[in-house]
Amino acid sequence: MLKNRIIPCLDVKNGRVVKGINFVDLKDAGDPVEQAKIYSDGGADEICFLDITASNENRDTIYNVVEKTSKKCFVPLTVGGGIRSVEDINKLLNCGADKVSINTAAVENSKVVIDSSKKFGSQCIVVAIDAKKNGDKWEVFTHGGRNNSGIDALEYAEQMEKNGAGELLVTSMDRDGTQVGYDIDLMSKISSKVNIPVIASGGVGNLDHLVDGIKFGKASAVLAASIFHYGKHSVKEAKDYLDSKGIPVRI
Amino acid sequence: MNVIIVDYKSGNISSVINSFKEVAKDKVTIEVTSDLNKIKSSDKVVLPGQGSFKSCVDALNKIKGLVDTLNEFAINNKKPLLGICVGLQMFADVGYEEIKTNGLGWISGKVSKINNQKGKFKLPHIGWNQINIVKDSKIFRNIENNSHMYFVHSYEFIPEDKNVISATTDYSSNIVCSVEKENIFGTQFHPEKSDKFGLKIIDNFINL
Repeated sequence: MLKNRIIPCLDVKNGRVVKGINFVDLKDAGDPVEQAKIYSDGGADEICFLDITASNENRDTIYNVVEKTSKKCFVPLTVGGGIRSVEDINKLLNCGADKVSINTAAVENSKVVIDSSKKFGSQCIVVAIDAKKNGDKWEVFTHGGRNNSGIDALEYAEQMEKNGAGELLVTSMDRDGTQVGYDIDLMSKISSKVNIPVIASGGVGNLDHLVDGIKFGKASAVLAASIFHYGKHSVKEAKDYLDSKGIPVRI
Repeated sequence: MNVIIVDYKSGNISSVINSFKEVAKDKVTIEVTSDLNKIKSSDKVVLPGQGSFKSCVDALNKIKGLVDTLNEFAINNKKPLLGICVGLQMFADVGYEEIKTNGLGWISGKVSKINNQKGKFKLPHIGWNQINIVKDSKIFRNIENNSHMYFVHSYEFIPEDKNVISATTDYSSNIVCSVEKENIFGTQFHPEKSDKFGLKIIDNFINL
């Protein structure tokens, strides 16, 4: 039976983890490679890096991080943030990323998803949808949540599947950072609309939220950042909890 | 001993390279190449594959003499070869992704889309699933039945001779996820992304 995945996400800026696990035995708490290794050793089903490096001069730091991580972690590694072109994707994959997550570029230029999924296969193309509720629908935001594209998130999800996305990483902007749980309505509506897997993101504050994301949000995988940071919960605890609630996970 | 990972410019093989190098350490030489002479003289060959069946077959054919060299290696000389994902699928006679395309024809059968039961099962089949080992395979030494492996695919290999099947996985139906025919091995899942057990499979192959 296919298991639901738990994906810890690390925010990386200028090659350093911004928030992270605060373990005493960590030699260097800001080292993304070391943190990724702790997650994968702890049973993470995949690892996700979100590169939030703002300046272009430091963009290359992420390639270095990916290259080192992929030599130590033998679970899938997804990298997102700042990807503009097929060439950017090519570079990340060559450094050892298994998948890339595309956000703004997928909205601005549909060819990026179409061309990259043809060139590298849909399996490595994740489209990240940042959605915010407006009345009875959700709109897609770009540029790290700063710009409203006005595009309907459900229609967009369907279009991205057609364009060749292998998975959708759906983040509720209303919930992100609130720790009150995923936007279950958004997740389940998108998941029912498309036939590709949906990864739920944004708003996790406790382990029950992970359960809800899968059970009611119909997500194939759940992504979380802050609950795994500072040792609040380990990936193993999360898995044991999901297991105790009857959710199939890899233990 | 040396192991060659065939680099035929199709898809992303850096994870395959990293995992084999991790397992091989300094004991075994891992080389990534499409050089025909090097392949001929190597002890073992790994045939990765990402993207569509057609794109992989096309990429193989683009390198002049590569298919003949692989035939000589695996069929005439019966040296160990491991196909991963589409690398395994290409063992088939024919694949139906995009358009009907001939495979290597090493193991009779076809590659067709997983029956998603009218949308009941999402495709691609992405994530960790358990393997049901149905016959003793040399690459499964010290691998427990029902171990989890990482999958990413929408198409499945359906061999004619069921005796070649070494493991299946349950997704919509019992999907063939590993084959062994004499010196030819294949996994539909990605051992290079399947953590410790995946690395063990790679270790088993290297130590055949």
